[in-house]
Amino acid sequence: MKKWIPFLLAATMLAGFPAIAQNAAPEIPFDSAANPLTMPDDIYLGEVGGVATNSRGDLFVYTRTGHPTVTLGGSRNFAHGGSRLFQFDRNGRFAREIGKDLYGFMFAAQVRVDPQDNIWVVDQMTNMVIKFDPQFRQVMLLGRKAEAIPIPARAGGGGEGGGGAGGPPGAGRQQDVFDRPTDVAWDAQGNIFVADGLGNARVAKFDRDGKFIKSWGQKGTAPGQFANVRSIAVDAQGNVYVADGGNKRIQVFDNNGTFKTQFANVGNAQAICITSGPNQVLYSSDSNPPNNIDTAGEIYKMRLDGTVIGRFGRAGKMLKEFGTVNAIDCRNENVLYVGEVGNLRVQKLTLR
Amino acid sequence: MKRYSTTVCALALVLCAGAASAQLKATITNVPEIPFTSQPNFLQPPPGEYLGESVAVATNSKGHTFVYHRTAPTSKLWEFDQNGNFVKEIGKGYYGFEFSHSVRVDPQDNIWTVDEGTNMITKFSSDGRVLMVLGRRPPAVVGAAATRTGPNPPAQKYIFCRPTDVGWDPQGNIFISDGYCNNRVVKYDRTGRFLAQAGSEKPGNAPGEFNLPHGLQVDGQGNVWVADRSNFRYQVLDNNLKPMRVIANLGVGWTVCVSQGPHQYVFMSNSNPNGNTPGSWDITGEIYKAELDGTVLGRFGRPGKLAPGFQVVHMMDCRDPNQIVVGEIESWRVQKLTLRQQTAGR
Repeated sequence: MKKWIPFLLAATMLAGFPAIAQNAAPEIPFDSAANPLTMPDDIYLGEVGGVATNSRGDLFVYTRTGHPTVTLGGSRNFAHGGSRLFQFDRNGRFAREIGKDLYGFMFAAQVRVDPQDNIWVVDQMTNMVIKFDPQFRQVMLLGRKAEAIPIPARAGGGGEGGGGAGGPPGAGRQQDVFDRPTDVAWDAQGNIFVADGLGNARVAKFDRDGKFIKSWGQKGTAPGQFANVRSIAVDAQGNVYVADGGNKRIQVFDNNGTFKTQFANVGNAQAICITSGPNQVLYSSDSNPPNNIDTAGEIYKMRLDGTVIGRFGRAGKMLKEFGTVNAIDCRNENVLYVGEVGNLRVQKLTLR
Repeated sequence: MKRYSTTVCALALVLCAGAASAQLKATITNVPEIPFTSQPNFLQPPPGEYLGESVAVATNSKGHTFVYHRTAPTSKLWEFDQNGNFVKEIGKGYYGFEFSHSVRVDPQDNIWTVDEGTNMITKFSSDGRVLMVLGRRPPAVVGAAATRTGPNPPAQKYIFCRPTDVGWDPQGNIFISDGYCNNRVVKYDRTGRFLAQAGSEKPGNAPGEFNLPHGLQVDGQGNVWVADRSNFRYQVLDNNLKPMRVIANLGVGWTVCVSQGPHQYVFMSNSNPNGNTPGSWDITGEIYKAELDGTVLGRFGRPGKLAPGFQVVHMMDCRDPNQIVVGEIESWRVQKLTLRQQTAGR
């Protein structure tokens, strides 16, 4: 017997971050298109976990649509549903749903498109990273969805890592078992880097065939440690940029996880994106906490050495304001797609 | 096999009603009866489909009726035309829909839903696009939680706890009654920024405090009418949420409606308690019509399973003060009531 469980939670908000604008970077003027996406009448975006474009300008949105189904009455509770992946054409018109009722879709964390136009989906609840080829076939899976979920659930992420006895908190197991992963990125060789995440606090590296290579990080505030790992990007040299939002910094590692530097002047880094091309720049969102629009919210444009070029936007509910940005697509340096948790929408920004 | 929230809620209401039945009865006397006729079932759902608990009804300026009802798999928002014919479903599968509590239509014909399952208030355009959301649905990734016991956690500016209703002043400021596990009224500007609140997470019975603020409307002067249900009263607040007046002689304060036009009336419902506790039909179920100054003009209706009886009136639409659309919890029904004009002198 299947029943829909309202996930009523009394006090599960993310802790508020006392975000403070930390520098007087120049304001970058920008516009936001009204209604950039055309939706069918019977489909609504929920909280947007991810938004990404492919090389043809198609747009992919991975969104929390809500209403996961939980089966009650057995010896265990089985759950599925709650998130959907949509494709839009380059003009923002709805094209199709990908992976309808997919076993791995429950709580959207992120979608990214790699240089070969494969579509990668990260799910925070099934703890899976799913690779679709450009024809939307499932071609690789990392992680495994839990067979059953407990109700009431465990407390939110941040508990002990899965390292077994003696493993440091958040370090995770040395394999592809994730705890609320948030993001995925690749280097020029196709190695895969998974941001893992809000339960664990590590980066896991796999080769292009999905074989586990190593992971680094654990809960903490020292270099190489993370409060949580919210977003990840890799530059053309293979350096790995990790949004350590809870510690209000971006950490930079070399390709093997050796700490190189950190940028601590851009607030609560929750979504980052590195442009392609010879002069790469980094966008990073100082996302406001979901329970407050009176703080933070701006997005920074930076050089890869951490120099801030400028900033734009603030938290709020109107166009050109942001509600807890969780995703930035920066395939075009001056035309950004931004996915918001708080406002259940995607904005298309044109920087002037 | 029941929804956890529904089960707990229903149980609490029964206990509450049983313990406080003495206060259910309105103490006002000599109120004239307003004769009325009922058009039950004037709404025509799609073939083979049914209304669930019809807790929320509203009309727009074109006479369309919106019903945000509790059904399966989640609550649904249905639009009907002026003849009661089904037009469309709005928000199918929408993230902010789980367990309906209110729907209201603002002067620009935007449709606002209040959902006490997701703790979200959503502003839809008249053609059904999401224009603004207030509050946040607790993220599913941390899973279901047992119903909390003990004191409510501190109320937050932008997070609700089972909110109940929404209204606007003539400037477009937004007022929200919040709710079952906060006990406050919150004011936002038209862009959704927090301005003020009255009450807090704690229940209280002083003026400006609330114990389950269950319904809310704003009159043309910008004063805020609140059905303060578990305090068995209504409160009127000024535009800055300072308490102005308490109305405590109309029984339990379930819901309130303010009519439109130059001469506004207020309708207040002493709804019969859920579960139809013994004796409750004798002392509850009527709706009062009053002037904005509080003068009660008349009353109409009584409990009953069959129309024109009421089964826990949860919400009223009174765009036209002589044509009241009533949504009921326990009859899964929407009635359109036509009030006959009262004699002069009232």
